Amino acid sequence: MKVLLVLPVLIPAVTGILTLLLRRSRFAQRALSVLGAVALLGASSAVLWTVQTNGIQVAQMGNWAAPFGITLVADSFSAGLITISAFVAVAVAVYALRGMDVEREFFGFHTLFHLLMMGINGAFITGDLFNMYVWFEVLLIASFVLLVLGNEEKQLEGAVKYVGINLVASVSFLTAIGLLYGFTGSLNFADIATSMGNIQEAGLEATIAALFLVGFGIKAGLFPLYFWLPASYHTPPAPVAAIFAGLLTKVGVYSLIRIFTLLFPDPTGYTKTLLLVVAGATMVIGVLGALTERNVNRLLAFLVISAMGYVVMGLGFFTTLGLAGAVFYIFQDIPVKASLFLIGGVMERETGTTEVGKMGGLYMHRPLLALSFIVPAFSLAGFPPFPGFWGKLTLVQAGLATENYLIVAIALLVGVLTLLVVAQVWARAFWSPAREEGLVSTDSPLQRSVLQAPIVVIGVALLAVGLYAQPLFDLAQQAADNLTNTAPYIQAVLG
Amino acid sequence: MELILAVVSGTLFAASFYLLLRRNLLRFVIGIIILGNAVNLLIFTMGRLTREVPPVIPYGQKVIEGAYANPLPQALILTAIVISFGLLAFTLVLVYRNYTVSRTIDADRLTASEPEQDVDLHTQKKRLPA
Repeated sequence: MKVLLVLPVLIPAVTGILTLLLRRSRFAQRALSVLGAVALLGASSAVLWTVQTNGIQVAQMGNWAAPFGITLVADSFSAGLITISAFVAVAVAVYALRGMDVEREFFGFHTLFHLLMMGINGAFITGDLFNMYVWFEVLLIASFVLLVLGNEEKQLEGAVKYVGINLVASVSFLTAIGLLYGFTGSLNFADIATSMGNIQEAGLEATIAALFLVGFGIKAGLFPLYFWLPASYHTPPAPVAAIFAGLLTKVGVYSLIRIFTLLFPDPTGYTKTLLLVVAGATMVIGVLGALTERNVNRLLAFLVISAMGYVVMGLGFFTTLGLAGAVFYIFQDIPVKASLFLIGGVMERETGTTEVGKMGGLYMHRPLLALSFIVPAFSLAGFPPFPGFWGKLTLVQAGLATENYLIVAIALLVGVLTLLVVAQVWARAFWSPAREEGLVSTDSPLQRSVLQAPIVVIGVALLAVGLYAQPLFDLAQQAADNLTNTAPYIQAVLG
Repeated sequence: MELILAVVSGTLFAASFYLLLRRNLLRFVIGIIILGNAVNLLIFTMGRLTREVPPVIPYGQKVIEGAYANPLPQALILTAIVISFGLLAFTLVLVYRNYTVSRTIDADRLTASEPEQDVDLHTQKKRLPA
């Protein structure tokens, strides 16, 4: 058994338990939280490096041979995702040193944060369908408690909506698992992929695909299942919202891509068209919602939805180039969304309001914040030389290659509207003249730099990836090759 | 037997969808409970029903001869029951806690987190500064 593959799950679990044991000491909790996140980044990078040099890594839990036990699999897609997630986790752990209040820390923010990371990494790295369901529940329960932590009225209310719809999503996923198990007699991804013929004979392929689409679509915030997202993501404090926006929807869309490429590589019936229609509607609805929204966090929540549309569009083409674009887009969207929500938190702190129109003067007073807003915001709008541009370029190329001109036109139009959204935020919150009373924040320069540092680090990393995109694109290309040609994956798991 | 369980499972799905569509949050929670049971029955039925021996390997043998009951669906259902029980406990507390704050279990009246005027179409500051 390869220990390395277990580490991305084990490290956050141990960190979470230790922070719980040391809950009386705020200092110990904080130190452990940051150390745990850094250790996670180290372990995830080691997994990524091993995958890059030695190919797909497989670990059979308890040495049970493949279809019988639980298998952990890391290919380029999974390894890239856990590494980028860990990078964002470090940034959020540092930001939380100042961005989180004492009560929430005392009631277990650090513990829940690491347990959430455990669930996310488990879902990314598992090769077993039911195990994936269990990891989903682990990350769900951690996210439920993180969402209500603090007990504010708006948080409780956002949580009611979030919890309710996510329970339904889990049940849809579980129903699909039950049906798949009944026809294939297995829960291992690779093993199911070899016996999908049974399901095609029973004529249930489209039904099961639709059940997966509903389950993961709710979690990923796809049209028309997205409405819980802007109703809840603006209620928790910035570090929690950043980790939700950066990672939770990505888990949903990762599972969607993994299941569809492995189990339904050439979907029959309406599935392919359905994916493209859903993708187009998600992009349009997300950006229109953001355009009319004046609360900065709700505006960003709508932009999360819009970005998911691009990823599903890449999946909907079912070509290697489309998947490469989708994977690259997910890779760069995780830090983009996390950093935007962190910046939203700082904007709220500095101006004392969440209304974009009532902010102002941030460019004059906080030039560094303004500069670090430009990178993720314009990456989101798909401006060169930011990484979002390369993702969208690849997706558009894939769309033209498969002659889906309508969806390409929608994607380009949505790109322009996204630019309008971020330009409005920029003009109102950063460029417009400062209010007379100035900024309300009482943070000292040191405290401010604790909030600022992770944002700047993510911004610099994004800029570097934008200027020199080849390594990350190679990783995405390799991931997409493994997704379209599933033989090496199945070979690695079943031996 | 499969037919009866399939009908029961389907009926439970229908009942839970009806409850999930209600505005009353308590009914919604009951809908979630029934939905979980419907899925568990579905998994159980999909695992094939056999009225045969329990899957215990007799002493001195390596494998079981003949037909035996499939133990895996039961393990899956057990896991699903435990998970849904935990989530249900949390959901009930959440709905109750929300009731103590907002004094309502009507989903339509849960608007504290929504902006008062949620669209930004009639403001003076709508235009970009020149």
